[in-house]
Amino acid sequence: MLFEFDDVVVRFGDDVALDHVTAAVPDGGSVTCLLGASGSGKSTLLRLCNRLEVPTSGQVRFRGQPLDELDPLALRRTVGMVFQRPTPFPGTVRDNFLVAVPDATEAQMRDMLDRVRLPEAFLDREADSLSGGEQQRGSLARTLITGPEVLLMDEPTSALDPAATKALEELGRELAEAGMPVLWVTHDLQQADRIADRRIVLVRGRVADDHQRGHYLASEDADHEHDRQQQDEQEGTGRGAG
Amino acid sequence: MEQGDVGWWGLAASLILVAITIAISAWRRLGLERDVLLATGRALVQLLAVGYVLVVIIDPDQPVAYAWAWLVFMVVFAAWTVSRRAPEVPGVLPLALASLGASTAITAAVIFGLGIFPAEARAIVPVGGMMVGNAMTSTVLAGRRVVAEFSEKRHDVEARLALGQPWTEASRPGLRSALRAAMTQQIETTKAVGLVFLPGAMTGLILAGVDPVDAVRVQAAIMFLILGAVAINVVVIGTGVTRRLFTPDHRLVRIARTAG
Repeated sequence: MLFEFDDVVVRFGDDVALDHVTAAVPDGGSVTCLLGASGSGKSTLLRLCNRLEVPTSGQVRFRGQPLDELDPLALRRTVGMVFQRPTPFPGTVRDNFLVAVPDATEAQMRDMLDRVRLPEAFLDREADSLSGGEQQRGSLARTLITGPEVLLMDEPTSALDPAATKALEELGRELAEAGMPVLWVTHDLQQADRIADRRIVLVRGRVADDHQRGHYLASEDADHEHDRQQQDEQEGTGRGAG
Repeated sequence: MEQGDVGWWGLAASLILVAITIAISAWRRLGLERDVLLATGRALVQLLAVGYVLVVIIDPDQPVAYAWAWLVFMVVFAAWTVSRRAPEVPGVLPLALASLGASTAITAAVIFGLGIFPAEARAIVPVGGMMVGNAMTSTVLAGRRVVAEFSEKRHDVEARLALGQPWTEASRPGLRSALRAAMTQQIETTKAVGLVFLPGAMTGLILAGVDPVDAVRVQAAIMFLILGAVAINVVVIGTGVTRRLFTPDHRLVRIARTAG
């Protein structure tokens, strides 16, 4: 197993983000979607995988090893992550690559841009001058240059237009087909239909049973979801996205 | 000292300006009359009390240790004030004590060690007071700025952590920008001094009849000491607060919403 979650509880103060979650994600090239509404705990589950969060109780294992026995820095180089919003660092796209891998060669950087279908000339562009979709692919390239074996995607298309969303979904599928396990958080059922090999559905911090799962899949109301997202954004901090 | 003396009558007369403040508040319905009265009363009582304590401390017949003890008291009181003004900063009281203690100790060593001012109570108390006072303001500013910085730029910092950077590296751009912001203010004040406003020490000396050029020398030395104290202070508190915002396993802690 790639990741195993064993009776995991995550609490933030009085809020219970994950409530006794037991689940597993198999190894190998495939896309696993973590599906759920805002506040369902799907992003928290993802963030456990590279130890941006730690469980309040329970255990997370990566390829059989408990995460708290692994060096977090080495783990994060093995398990790369792309965030909900593009995160360009100051400077050019080249500067961004050099933050990730200080001794990266020009050839490696060009190769990475090629993999995410950005022109090589972008190396000299200011990272924050790119469009949202380009920035997000740039963030993916910056993660890939560190040579991760696993990729975590935290609602990576929620700030993108449909064309940019499609481009990123295709890249995710490609990476999976080339053998990389991809964990992809989304609240968008259609997106999951397009990219997922398998799904884990979360409802209010718990893995949904078949009944709830059917209920969630049938009744997820787009407007309702939208309202909740806005509410989360107003509340600020990284907790949002669930 | 005759030119600089304000008698009891003069002090009472200056209350006319307080009366004007209260009148403005009443006229424009600001509802601040009570606050003005309270603030005036408190300032009077505090200053008079301190004045009588200083009479004892500054008395050349008393041991200079009293003055050093007064300085320590000021550092502790300042740290407590910082902790009240910046409650969202984690571990603020011990950090403020450390930073104010460090900046005061280092600048005091330079000033009194090199004999810029004599190590006598009449210098230790006012010069120390100015250092601690300014350092206190910068401590609040730097502490709050660091917390706000990592709260606003959580995405950026976590993106760096997710690339496998240790927290010391991932926090560097945010810490740098917070330290710059906190220090810039004192640098701007230092630039404007003399042109825009005459600082307290110089005003006091000129009122007391000291030659303005002599007063300037004293003031310039004090400004540079304050600049140094602020820099030391900002670095200590900034680094300390940053350390508190990250866990040993390189995670950014959740920052209270009030910080945003």
